[in-house]
Order: sequence, then structure tokens, then C-alpha cells
Amino acid sequence: MPPLSFDLIALQLFTGLALGAIYVLFAIGLSLIFGMLTVVNFAHGAFYMVGAYVGLFLLSLGGNFWLCLLAVPLIVGTCGLIVERFLIRPLYGRGIDYPLLLTFGLSYVMVELIRIAFGKSGYPFDTPEILQGAVNIGVGYFPLYRLFVIGIAAAVLLGLWLFLERTSFGLIIRAGARDPQIVRVLGVNLSRIWLFVFGIGSGIAGLAGLLAAPLQGVIPEMGATILAEAFVVTVVGGMGSIGGAVIAGLLVGVVVSMTSLFAPEMAKVSIFALMAIVLLIRPQGFFGRAGLMS
Amino acid sequence: MPDIDLHVVSPAPDGEFGAKGAGEAGTAAVVANDVTTLIRRSMSLSLKSLYRQGPWSRRSDASDRSFRKYQHHPRRIYMAKQTIRSNSISRRRLLTTASAGVVLAASPFRINLLQAQEATIKVGFPVPLTGPYGAEAQDQVRAAEVAIAEFNEGGGLNGRKAELLVRDDKLNPGEAATRTLELIEKDKVNFIVGSLSAAVQLAVNNITKERQIIFNSISQSDIINEVSDFSKYTFHEALNPHLTAGAVGRYAFPKFGKKVAFLTADYAYGHEMVRGFQEAGKAFGVETLVDIRHPLGTADFSPLLPRIQALKPDILCIINFGRDQQIALKQATDFGLKKSMKIIAPILLYTARVAAGPQAFAEVIGGTSYYWGIEDKIPSAKAFNDRFRKMHAGKVPSDYGALGYGGVKTLLMGAKAAGSVEPDKVIVAVEALKFDYYKGPEYYRKCDHQAVQSVFIIESKATPQKGDADLYDVIATEEPNEKNLRTCEALGHKS
Amino acid sequence: MNELSQTLTQPVVASAAWFEFAKRHRAFLASTVVLVFPLVMPFTALAVNILIYGLYAVGFNLLFGYLGLLSFGHAALFGTGAYLCGIAIVHFAWPWYAATAMGILGGAVMAAGIGALAIRTRGIYFAMVTMALSQCVFYLFYQAINWTGGENGLRGINVRTIDIFGLQFDFINPLTRYYVIAAFVILALFALSRILASPFGAVIEAVRENEARARASGYNVTLTRLITFILSGAFCGLAGALMALHLSVVPIEILHIETSGMVVMMSLLGGMGTFFGPFVGAAVFLLLENLVSLWTVHWQLIVGAVFVICVLFFPAGIWGTILKRINP
Repeated sequence: MPPLSFDLIALQLFTGLALGAIYVLFAIGLSLIFGMLTVVNFAHGAFYMVGAYVGLFLLSLGGNFWLCLLAVPLIVGTCGLIVERFLIRPLYGRGIDYPLLLTFGLSYVMVELIRIAFGKSGYPFDTPEILQGAVNIGVGYFPLYRLFVIGIAAAVLLGLWLFLERTSFGLIIRAGARDPQIVRVLGVNLSRIWLFVFGIGSGIAGLAGLLAAPLQGVIPEMGATILAEAFVVTVVGGMGSIGGAVIAGLLVGVVVSMTSLFAPEMAKVSIFALMAIVLLIRPQGFFGRAGLMS
Repeated sequence: MPDIDLHVVSPAPDGEFGAKGAGEAGTAAVVANDVTTLIRRSMSLSLKSLYRQGPWSRRSDASDRSFRKYQHHPRRIYMAKQTIRSNSISRRRLLTTASAGVVLAASPFRINLLQAQEATIKVGFPVPLTGPYGAEAQDQVRAAEVAIAEFNEGGGLNGRKAELLVRDDKLNPGEAATRTLELIEKDKVNFIVGSLSAAVQLAVNNITKERQIIFNSISQSDIINEVSDFSKYTFHEALNPHLTAGAVGRYAFPKFGKKVAFLTADYAYGHEMVRGFQEAGKAFGVETLVDIRHPLGTADFSPLLPRIQALKPDILCIINFGRDQQIALKQATDFGLKKSMKIIAPILLYTARVAAGPQAFAEVIGGTSYYWGIEDKIPSAKAFNDRFRKMHAGKVPSDYGALGYGGVKTLLMGAKAAGSVEPDKVIVAVEALKFDYYKGPEYYRKCDHQAVQSVFIIESKATPQKGDADLYDVIATEEPNEKNLRTCEALGHKS
Repeated sequence: MNELSQTLTQPVVASAAWFEFAKRHRAFLASTVVLVFPLVMPFTALAVNILIYGLYAVGFNLLFGYLGLLSFGHAALFGTGAYLCGIAIVHFAWPWYAATAMGILGGAVMAAGIGALAIRTRGIYFAMVTMALSQCVFYLFYQAINWTGGENGLRGINVRTIDIFGLQFDFINPLTRYYVIAAFVILALFALSRILASPFGAVIEAVRENEARARASGYNVTLTRLITFILSGAFCGLAGALMALHLSVVPIEILHIETSGMVVMMSLLGGMGTFFGPFVGAAVFLLLENLVSLWTVHWQLIVGAVFVICVLFFPAGIWGTILKRINP
């Protein structure tokens, strides 16, 4: 055991926040889609992975990382639109299990298509030049790129919040989540809203994948691991709650980071134990509406 | 065999399962009668045929798709149909048909089967073509093909050619066990070579051990040498963790320092490697500062790195495999760990380095069983590489790929030396082999069938100069020596 | 769920007499198919796998198809059965039948444990809680290296001969192994058929159809759920135990989340809530995987696509669709 200094714990906490930022970005799309469409998207991990590969592809064509930050969410979001329109829309009204199962099968297909296009083994993904290296954040050295990830996550969250709370389109989305029937009666075409929401959700997942790529490299299976963890995040935060996803995402990041410090071999099981505990005490999660799922 | 066909002679409804009859007759009772008769009859048939099955009986003609036909031996069905259609045929006629059918069904097939077994030596090759180590597995297949081609060009075993039967084990021990059963029970292979994880090789080993089939394992494990899992039918061509970690430790500890931190994948491979390093380190007075265990498949090592940094070790030993290794090395580089400590790894993979790029691996030191660059010094490696390049469009073999060659080659050469594929004779012959097929001198230790071989210490190049395959510098070679292995007694073998 | 349950509980007034007959004797008919099955399969070990995964899917289907609870953690029940059977043989040298009973018991007890915690939640949350708990079970077995072999899996479940009533059977022989395992599967099918035909079986379906009404009719819904979960665990435990006997090893992957996902796919592919659907699903899934992987390593693409098509166009699954065709 190393000496447990304040600096070490603070640094570990910061590392947890950076880790949590990726979880938040991933889970927020998942939660958004679930909250609006009541679709549990098992293909979310695949969109995340596609985001990283699209980034890789654009870079190989001579694009730069900043361009990717814009282009990747757009491209992956478009994929999301196509999936919603042609695969998920026919399933509305058939019960909650069907979209879940469909996206589960779809994730197999997407992963395999990427394997066919890019090969089975992964690729390195270099951190952009100016974001390399570490900076002193007062308690120790911390990789610059991770700070950047936290920043981007915060920016995306702010943008999303403004969009949902301050625009009339966001108002419709929120209303549609609260009571789709009334919104329909008021003459709003909800299927277009849903299409759009699915697009946004998968676009953000693609962005998360792109941001994670320099941390881990890219590999076709990269979405599977984070998917299971992101489910924990959304369930702990409350399915469909964006605020819940943010808080739970950061919490899970910190819990993983802290168990890594004290009992690394328990790091993975800790988040599932966390989820089991939260669900047993509060079955709808921190901010979930009770009875939404019944 | 002849008696069984007589059971089918009694008149039977001609509808499938009496379904047609049900529609026409309309009464359930009649149908019930028919159905039960039919079921009873087919049951008695199937039960009897149980003990008469040859392996061919499962291969029914693809065009024969009706349910009825599937129930029995294809040829027996054919006869049953004949007899049912012509209720009036004489008993003698029937018997002639029956015996002719039996002759047709039994003898030529048996002979063919025996001939087929004599004709080729079948080598089953279960490797994880799908999954994260697909690239390694494909390379293993390529290398094994080289060994097969060489054997066949050399005239085989008194003219008997060898054949490679590749199966995808999906890196899952359960799937590997199923595929091994298929290879043994259906394909009747003579040898099995393969596996790319400790768990898979132990599963395959358990099955070959029970069925007394020779198996050459080409992935790392310490347990396979130990008496609990040892099988006299199993050879281990790959290095084992004790040997690999020991070799790297013996090279690194005197050079870089005695304070060591371990970052280890939390599974048998990782634990065995740590043990190997620590045992080698005893001689140098090495101090273990910390041994951090991370779960397999960790995507983010950043929570672990600040702690390591705070401990200020001389050496950070990162013990994991494949993608875990790529990510760990990349993040350790990002956190700037290379500035204050030397990073070593027991195994540096060819494909992992290709996937991760030069930056993450730069100046990391590790061990390997094979790197194509040894061809400058070792003639057999040069010959193997050239042959491989010729057969596979100029590619060079990777480390685990080369093991596929070694694994198949040794068994085939053993069979050649024994002049037979009889397991017991081949075992004796392989035990006696002293060979240099691709990486310098090698032999199998008698007590645990571990290949005693050299370990190459390599350092990853920061800037490759000579093309895509130029990844590592070979900086040292630990020559084969039984002393570097655990003793036979320590493994539980009676010496 | 509603549309599905409608399709599955169609009134069967107009059905042909032979169909009724076949339905009444479904377990018996299944046995016949099972008997000839290995003769048409590419290899016997695959036929055994299909039987075992079929039984596993049948156990899952009891919960998902008949009770309407989607579990994403059934691997925990399957794996516990396999491990306990294996541990009984490897560490305690129990006879094979006692070990098999231990596997069934293990599956049931594990189901009681998970069920007691998870049964309070509903729908998607139920799926998530079972998934989380099964992950915990995974790590439990993973860490208990001395008992389970950890990452390396449990080896040495070597049963050479099986003696039944004084008769010795060579368990290494593939066909003998198949028929011994088939006997267990058939027994399980008979048992399941009896359970579903019993008043309790009717309560199970009543809870799925309308929970409030079932409760109002005086049935204990929570207890019904729990008992069904335990029964499901017993079937899955048996399947696991047979897997341990068949492969002579228990890999840790048996507890992996993919093993949970696979059974969901199998049940849906075959037709959930139908008696034989899970078997058909297991057979199609494993055969497809086996055949497709012969000519391409990208078998997941085909399997995934078939699954998506099934969800979109054949929500009743292959067997469910066939049933609807022949018995509209």
C-alpha cells in the first residue's frame, strides 16, 4: 500500500471524474432515447464504436481531430436516424421488449460490419498533438487530454440543457416524454420528434466513442464493455432522467476510480454491486419516475 | 445387421406421421393408433440402430429432406420404402434385397473409411479465428500450412500425406471443447494442435487426455506442466510464464534496478507471470513495491496509474495481453510514466505492437518466443521465414504464428521418426527428438513435455526504419536451459 | 407483450384433431424427435449442445414466455448448475447422479437468491437487476479459484462410465453420451409439460396476462413469480449440470453476460411462450452458427441479421409462426 496522501486521493478523484465524463456522454444518449421513446438501446455501444471508427477513417483521409469532433456526431447521428426510421419505428406499440431485442441483434450486425470493413484487430488512435502531455493541476500531473474530455462533456451537457430548456423544439421533446398522447392531440407529429431524438442520442454516443479513442485505441468490441457499465449508470440515475445520468455517471466514475485505489480487483464488480444496492433501496433509481416501467 | 430390416416389413400408413390419414379419416382414434404404432416402430429401430452406427450414418444425402427419411439409416430407409410400397413381394425377394442392401450399406463404406484413415494424417487445429486474437489465429493457420506443405513435399509418412483441419474455437473453452470432440469423434483426427489461451488449452487438454489423443499446445500456461493437468499425450510447444518472465527478469533487474511495481491482469496468466518474475528476482534481491491486479478487459487504466507514479519504482512491469497490453502501455505513456521508470513486459506481441503503433510501445522491453528478425543469426529461422514469405505473399510470421508451425512440425516429424501415427510410438519419438526447425535448438523435457527452448529479449523501436514489419530490436537471447524451468519435482512429477 | 400473448393464446376451437392429439402428447413426440436427432446433425457433440442449450432455453422460457419476465441474468443459474455439478465430482468425488442433482439444487437455490432480490422490480428494471446480480455471481465464481479454477475454468469432470441400475455405459462414446443426456432432457420436458398443464401453470399465465386481475382473484402474484423463477432455475441448473458432464470442463465463460444474451436470442428465435420454441431456437441458432462459420468467420453478421429479421417480421418466432400456420 502506498502512503495515502491527500494529493493521491485528489488525483484519483479527478481521474474518476474524467472517466465519468465518458460515461456521462454515453449514458445521456441512452437515457434520452429511453426517456422519450421508451426504447432500451442495446446498439448504443455499437454507435459508440462506429463513432471511433468514423473518426479513424476521417483522419486517414487527411482530416484533423477538430473537424472530426463536428463530423463524427453528424455522421453517426445520421446512421441513428436511418436505424430509427426503418428498424425501430415498426416496433412502436409492440411492447418494450421488442426494440430491446432488435437493437441487441443490430449490435451484432454493426460490430461485424465494422470487422469486415476495418479488420478484426484494433488500430492505434493518436492523441492530437496539442493535447498531448500532462499539466500540473495543483495536486499532481494530469493528462491534458483527459481535462479536455471533461471540458467537452461539460460543453455538450450545457448545449443539450439549453436546447431542451430554452427552445420550443426542446419544449415539445420534454412534453412528449411526459405525455405523448396529449402532445399528439395537440397536433404535433411525434414520430418526427422521436426520429430526431434517436439521432441526437446516437450522435452523442458517436462523439463519446471518438473522445474515448485516443484513450484506449479503437477495436470492434469497444462498445460492449461500456454498454454494460452505461446501463448501470442509467439505471442508477433513473432511466430516462438526464440529470440522473450525469450524476450517476460521475458517481460510477469515482466509485471505479476509488475501488481501483483500494482494491483494484474489485473495480469491475463494484459498479454492479452499486447498482444492485441502489435498485434494492430505490427501484426507480435516483431520479427515475416510479411506475414508468410497469 | 440383416435382422433389423425385417421390422419394417409390416404394412404401415404411407402418410408422414399419419397426418394425411388424419385429415381423411377424421377420427382421432384411428390416427392415434397409427401414430403410436409408427412411433413405437421408429423408436425400436432407432434404439437398435444405436449400437450399429458407423460414423457415416449421420451423413444423409442433402437432397433427402423428408422427415421420415431422417429417422433412420439412409440406406435402410430406402429399403423400408421399397418393401412398404409392394406388400405383395415374396419373402425371398425381400431377403435378397435386404442382404444386397446390407452389403451396399456396410462393406464398401467400411473399406473406404479404413482407406481414408490410412490415406492422410489428420491434424486438428482449433484456434480463435473470431474474437480479439483473430489476427494471431490466422497467422497460426498460415504457419501450420507451411509445416503441412513441407511434410507433404518431403514425401509424408511413407507416402501418407498430412491434412490440416482448422476449427474456430472462438476463444471460448466451451466452444473449443465442442470442436475438439467434433475433431476426435467425427473427423477422427490423429493429432490436435492449437489453442490461444490458457483456459482453452486446458479444456482441450482435458478432452484429449481422456481420449488418448496427442495434443500439442501452442499458448502459454504453467498449469499444463503441473501433475494435476499433465497428460502424457500432451506436449507444450509454447513458452510457459515461468520461463518467459524469468528470462525477462534476469535481463532487466541487473540493468534497471531492484524496486519493481507490477500491474497485472487478474487471471492465471498474470499470476503465473508475477510468480515467474519474483522467483527470478530473488537472486537479485528485487523488492516488490506493489502488485496491482486489474480485471481482464480493462478499458481504462488511468485510475491505477497515479498510485504507481507515487511509489517511484525503478521498473514497472506490465503483465497483460493483447488489447489490455495496448491500452495499458498507451496510457502509461500518456501519463508520462516512461520518464521516471523503465517499463517491461513478459511478452511483447507482434500484432499488439502493430495495432498500438510505435509511440505507445517505444522502448518497452519484453520477451518473445519468436521474432522474424532473428533470421540474421539463426539459419533455420531464415529458412522458415523465406518459406512463409513465399507461401503468403511476402508476409513474415508473427510470434504466435510461428508456434503454429512448431507445434504441427514437431508432431509430424515425430510420426515420421516413429514410422507410425500410433500415439504411444509417436510420444516416444517426439520425446527423443532434438530439433532445430525454426528458432534454434529445442527438445521436449521428458517429465512434463515442455519444450526447452530459447527466449528472445526484444525492445520496441521508437522509430521503425525498415518497413512495416520492423518493430523490435533483439537485444539478448537466453539459450535453452532446463535450469530455467521449474524442476520436475516442483511440478509434482516423479523424476 | 400484449400482442404476443394474444397470438400465443389464440382459442384453439377449430384445431384439427391430430393437432390436439399432438399437443396433448407433446413431451412424448419430443422424445421421438430427440431419439433420431443425432443422426441428422453434423456431429454428435453439436447435437448434445443443442439439447442442453435447448433445455436451458426452455428453463428461461418458463420465466420469459410463460410468466412474462425478461431476465438478462440467466447465465448465473445455468453456470451455477454446471459449477456445482463439477465441484461435486472434482472435489468431493460424488457419483455422477448425485452431482447432477446437486446442479439442479444449485440452480434452484441461486434462483431463489436472485429472485428474492429481483422479483420486486418490473420490466426493464428486472432485466437490469438480474443482469447486475449475475455479474456479481460471475465475480464470485471467478474469485473462488480454489473451487472453480477461476479464469482457467474447472477441469477434470471426467466421467468415464455411467452405471444405471447395474448397467455400465461407456460415457466416452459420443452416442451413449447423447442418449444419457437426452434421457434427462426428456424427463425435464415431461416435468415441464406437467407443470404447465397443472393449475399452477394456469396461474403463471394468468399473472402474465393480467397481474391485477390475478391478484384480485386471490392469487399470490409475488409468490407465483418467485416459485416460477426457482423452477426456471432448476431447469437451467440441470442444463448446466449436463453441460459439465458433456464437456468435462466448466469454463468461466458459462457465467458471462453473453450466455445470458444467447438464451434470450434462442427463445425469441424459436418462439417464446411456446413449448418447443426454445428448442427450435437453440437448434437454429447453433446450427446457423456452425454452418455459417464453416464458410465465413463473419457468422455473427448472419446470426444477428436473422435475429433482427425475426424480431421485425416473425415476432412469434420460428416455431410460433409454424404453429400459427398449421393451426390458425
